[in-house]
Formats: sequence, C-alpha cells, structure tokens
Amino acid sequence: MEQVVVEDLWYTYPGGLEPALRGVNLRVSRGSFTLITGPSGCGKTTLCRCLNGLIPHFYGGILKGRVVVEGLEVASRPTHEVAKLVGMVFQEPEDQLIQLTVEREVAFGPENLGLPRSEVRDRVEEALTALRLSHLRDKAPFELSGGEQQKVALAAALALKPSVLVLDEPTSNLDPASAAEFIKLLVDLNREGLTVILVEHRLDLAARYSDQAVLMSEGRIVLMGPPEEVLASDEALRLGVAVPKAVELYRELSARGLRLPHPPLDPEELARGLVELLERRPR
Amino acid sequence: MTTSLILSAVILRGRLELSLIPAAASLALVASTGQFKQWLKTLRGLAFLAILVLIVNWWTVGPSFALSLVLLLLTLAASSSAFFMTTSPDDLSLALIKLKLPYELVLELSMAIRFAPTLAREAQLIVDAQRARGLDLESKLLKKVKNLVPILVPLVVSTVRRSHRVAEAMESRCFGASRSRTWLFDLRLRRADYASLAASVGLLASTVTAALLSLV
Amino acid sequence: MSAVLVEDLWYTYPGGLEPALRGVNLRVSRGEVVAIIGENGAGKTTLAKHLIGLLKPQRGRVEVFGLDAAKAKVHQLARYVGFAFQNPDHQLFAETVQREVEFAPKNLGFPPGEVAKRVEETLRKLRLTALKDRPPLALSSGERRRVALASILSHGPSLLILDEPTVGQDGAQKRQLASLIRRFAEGGGAVAVITHDLDFVAEFVPRVVVMSKGVVIADGPVDEVLVDEALLSKASLRPPASVELVKSLVEHGLLHRVALYRSLSKLADELMEGLRS
Repeated sequence: MEQVVVEDLWYTYPGGLEPALRGVNLRVSRGSFTLITGPSGCGKTTLCRCLNGLIPHFYGGILKGRVVVEGLEVASRPTHEVAKLVGMVFQEPEDQLIQLTVEREVAFGPENLGLPRSEVRDRVEEALTALRLSHLRDKAPFELSGGEQQKVALAAALALKPSVLVLDEPTSNLDPASAAEFIKLLVDLNREGLTVILVEHRLDLAARYSDQAVLMSEGRIVLMGPPEEVLASDEALRLGVAVPKAVELYRELSARGLRLPHPPLDPEELARGLVELLERRPR
Repeated sequence: MTTSLILSAVILRGRLELSLIPAAASLALVASTGQFKQWLKTLRGLAFLAILVLIVNWWTVGPSFALSLVLLLLTLAASSSAFFMTTSPDDLSLALIKLKLPYELVLELSMAIRFAPTLAREAQLIVDAQRARGLDLESKLLKKVKNLVPILVPLVVSTVRRSHRVAEAMESRCFGASRSRTWLFDLRLRRADYASLAASVGLLASTVTAALLSLV
Repeated sequence: MSAVLVEDLWYTYPGGLEPALRGVNLRVSRGEVVAIIGENGAGKTTLAKHLIGLLKPQRGRVEVFGLDAAKAKVHQLARYVGFAFQNPDHQLFAETVQREVEFAPKNLGFPPGEVAKRVEETLRKLRLTALKDRPPLALSSGERRRVALASILSHGPSLLILDEPTVGQDGAQKRQLASLIRRFAEGGGAVAVITHDLDFVAEFVPRVVVMSKGVVIADGPVDEVLVDEALLSKASLRPPASVELVKSLVEHGLLHRVALYRSLSKLADELMEGLRS
C-alpha cells in the first residue's frame, strides 16, 4: 500500500467558477522524493493543501474523490489529526512563525498535541540540532534572515515527527545560497527516510534528487514519472517550464542529431554522458 | 510592585513630603534596569503635561498640592515604564495563562506583539511605494485623510492575507488538537519575587495606615 | 546627460552601526539595461531608493536626468522614475485596474485627457485592457504583478527600477518581463533590475553591477562578470546555472574555456562543432 494515494480528486474553491483540480491521480511511496511542477495556476498549491487536510476543512469548497495518507482518509479526519502525519512548509517564511522566539516556535506543535513536557523538550532539541539552529533559539523571527526563518519553519514542522513532508515553493522567497542550503536539508532528511513532496520552480537545484516528477497544468496531471523523462518531455517544453539547464542542452543537442542515452538532470551527468558517447564513436 | 506604587502615590496625593517616597522608589526601579538615561529622554512628552498640571493646581489649590501631583505623574510614569522594561512579552503571556486567562486570548496578545515590527516594516514599504507613484503626504489636513487610502488599503489587505497564511500554518501544526495543551516554559515564584511582593505589600500597608491616621 | 549619475555616495541608516553605502559610483545611460546583484544587505535597495529620492545622500552626488536627487522631492523625481517594489500587493489599493493605473499620472498633475490616453496605452501594452474594470485585489498573482507594473509605467518614466521582479514567476512570465524590459530600453529608457536571479540576468541583461557590503566591486558586461567565480564569491554569490553547466563540460574536456552562453542554442552549436573535429 502506497503511503499517499490521491484518487480521482476534483476540487473547486468556494465561489470558484472552475474546478482547481480536475481528476488528479497520484501515488507516493514511502521514503520517496516527489517533485511537483508546472506553470503558475496549474493547481500545485491546491494539491498540497489537499494532502494535509487544509482542504477541505480550512478552505471549504467542493471536494470529490479521495486522499488517503497512511490509510487515513484525509477528508473525514480533523486537520490536526492529519497534520500529525503530514508536515507542511509554506512559501512565505515569516508568516509561519508566530511565537516570539525560535525555541517557542519549534515547541508550538508538540505543545498543541498535549505531549508531556519532557517529550516536548526532547523534540525541540532534536529539531534544533538536526537543522543546526540551536544558536538561534532565543532570537525573535524578525531578527532572522529569510533562509533562517524558513529553516525554523522546517524545524517546527519536523517537531511533530510527520512521516510525510509537503513543501509548497519553500525557496521562492529565498536568495540562491539559502535556497540551495534548504534543498540540501530536504535531501538529507529524505535520505534518512522522510517522504518528501516538493513543489518547486527552481528545478536546477532539486530535480537531480527526485525519484518521481509530476507535471501539472490547469488542474490536471499532464505527465508523471522519472524526472529525466518528465522534464525532457515535449509537454514540459510546451508548458514553458524552466527545466534544468542540463535538460535544455540535451534538447538542443538532440535537435541537432546528438542523442544521449537518457536525459541528464545535472551538468555532471551531461558531461559524462557526452564523454561516453565520444569514446564509443568509431575513429 | 508597580500596582502598589501607583496606589500609594494616589493615596498620598496632596502630601508633598510623603509623595516623595513612592516617587523615589519608582525612580530607583527604573534605575535598576540600567537604562535610566534613555528613559529620561522619553519623559520629554510627559514634561508638557506635568507643567500644565503644575500650573493649574498651583493656581487653584496651592504649591504643595501641585508639586505632589507632579510627583504622582512621575511615579506613574516611572513604575509603568519599569514594568514594561523588565517584563518580556513571553513572561507576560505565561503570567496571564497562569491567571487562567483563555489561551486563545493570550495567544492573540503575544502574536500582536510578535507581528508589530513586521507591520511597521510593511507600512514603511507601502508608504515608500506609494510616494514613488507621486503620492503627496505632506499636504494640508483634509487632503491628508484622503491620501491615507492608498496606504491603509494595501496595509489592511496585506494584514488580512497574512492572517490567513498564519492561520494555515497554525492549523498545519495541530493547533487545537488537545484540550489539555502543554507549555514548555513555566513561571515559578522565586525568593526575589517573594521579597518584592513583601516590599510592595509593606509599602501599600504603610501608606494606607498613614492616610487613615493623619488626615490626608 | 546620463540617466543616472551616482558619485561617491555614502549613506548610513539612522541608528545603523555601519554605513550601508560606502562611496558608490554608478553611471547609467539612456537605452541601457543594468542588473544590480549582491548578497542580502549589500546595499542594492538602499542605492535604488536614492534614485527616487526616498533616501537622501549623506555624502556624494546623485543625479537623475540632471536633477539633483538630494534636493528634489520624491514626487519630482517620480515624474521620471518608475519604481516597482518587490511585492506588488504593497501598491494595489484601487477599486478597478483602470483607477490603479491612473493613480500615478493623476498625482503628477497630468491633464485628464492625457491621463486617459496614457492609461489606455499602458493597459494595451501589458495586455490588461480586458481586465480594466476588475478590482486589482481579486486578480491572480501574475495579473496583479502586471497591474503593479502598469501602474508605474503609465506616467511615462524614463528610468525603470525593478526590485526583485522575478520572484515566484514561471519561465513564461520571466520571458514576458524580459521582453518588456527590452522594449522599454529600445524606446530610449534606462532600466535597473535588482535581483538574485542570476539565470535571468545571464539570459536577458547585458550589463551587471556587483555590490558587496556597500561597495561596487564590479561593473561590466555580463559575460565577463558572471563567469568570474572569485569575484562572485566575494559577494557571496554563485555563478548562474548555465555557467555551472559549461564548467562541467570544460572539466571533461568537451569545451576549451568557461564562457557565458546567453542562449544554450549557441552552446549546442559550439559543442557540435567541437565534436565533429
């Protein structure tokens, strides 16, 4: 049984004229890294909200189909039950931090669960240490840089010990260095077994680490599969998605008759692929 | 301590020599924060009111009464300042929770404090953006009100949008999951607190006694 | 007369411990497009705010189209400068897109006939004519950004300053933005883009100014500046993705030297040439 199953999901926002999601089907296996991308307005953000219960409970609207996480049907459980399983990090770093210090922020989730104080303390320390934030514990949110704020938001989500982490364009408001650092943290967490579902525009940074890529457009999943196939596809080209530069170059070379065995996701892969091709050429 | 100082000063008003006690005590409190000089600067605004009070009461009642009222103002200002200078918003929230105020209310208070600098920064950004479109904020009074619309609308809209995102984030971290919520931090009464409490009670008691015995 | 002339500009924020700008020099001519890059806190936005008079120099000279920015009022400079701030929602307040785009020319005292003409033209250029009676706050984020842009273009500025215009935008939207910038410069205006998006700069902007800790540490053609890794790391920046790609190719002996390719099509052609020989 897959960890996350989305079955024929249709959703219309309250007062919406058109459905924001039209028959989405998705399966995410335990420990995998799924990348979701697509042009603005394609429904990626809406899909994220369906995974932790914000849709339908917080947003209302009309939901048809099923979202099942760890065997739990999301629509029929209160948000706080699903939120224990599915951690979420949003696009705006500062608006996720509501407490006056980093330490209290990370404690907020476990406190809400009514866990014994010693357990709250342990979880806070674990999360702060894992993301190397201990030295910032007494800082107020507005004293932190965007990158630091987003790390705190991540730590706060991790303190609930979710088994799936969903991130909706978490690096959009970060400078490139912080963005790269943040993605690397996600990769490390994924390697330790945390299932990651990442919505991203910055594919150069994230594509190479993903197991599965999902391309969306106008509320539908247009293509889904191994990232090199999805990102090098004609659909991705047609939708104008900013694919990794290595994929772009692969396309250009293919158009000129030079076809690598499979689309590379990062410069190293491309370079090595070309070298191999050269070596196999008859002299 | 602040409360008892204020109460004492009120009871003792009109009695110049005795009013000096709470005044001096509250000034000492402020001095103990180590920020006396900076605090004195903030009194500039109060100075105008103090002079007004002094003149009016000197004229209507008499010099000693007027001066004691000025001391009352001073005590009020100093002791309130001392309270806010030494109490962190976090501790205030925890104290209010201990006093059995509902958690949602306390959270609203601490979040208002948390987002105050954010709001201030955003207001400045909006002012800059609109001035860059030619908005004139230095004009006469009547036009000034109309000119606030391009500032207030984005600010309110932005705040509403922010509240929505904040609420989403809170829901996503199991807000309201358990009736019996845990708190990581706890306020404990320590020896210094007992001493301070004793001093406060003592001060109040002696002023009330003095008031009842002599004719204040 | 330059569009922008900044000489030895020094500025410290009130209460600041260090100067935010330390002797900055910059000259931008009409028709030029320049990107200003650097780490957070380098002084990019501080510099930009001087160009529209929101901040006044404490030492040095700032001139915009010959106007002394130290003495001029913000609304005097706003006549010539269009400043798009990072978050379009910080500008939008009107009941309709039309009213929003009318705001600046009205404030600057254009006669009503002129205002109407300029608004109509700007709406058309930004493909907003169909939305002109809609409330800006109800539009999608991409549309709101276009409205914010229209609202700072309608008064016909000659200098465009864009602060982080590519945040959260997809590939198609970025190309539309680049096209708008190009047309503006072709029409004789000057454009300064403050950004972290080095991929965007590499593809669409010819000249780059690098700032670090209040100083300009480089000012030159994009193909020289963005391949200089040592320089970029001084400003805590990494080269754009296309340069990383070229580096890998050079390391594996597939290309001779690291250069900036503004279009990967050219890179592909060169690679094919090299592989044939």
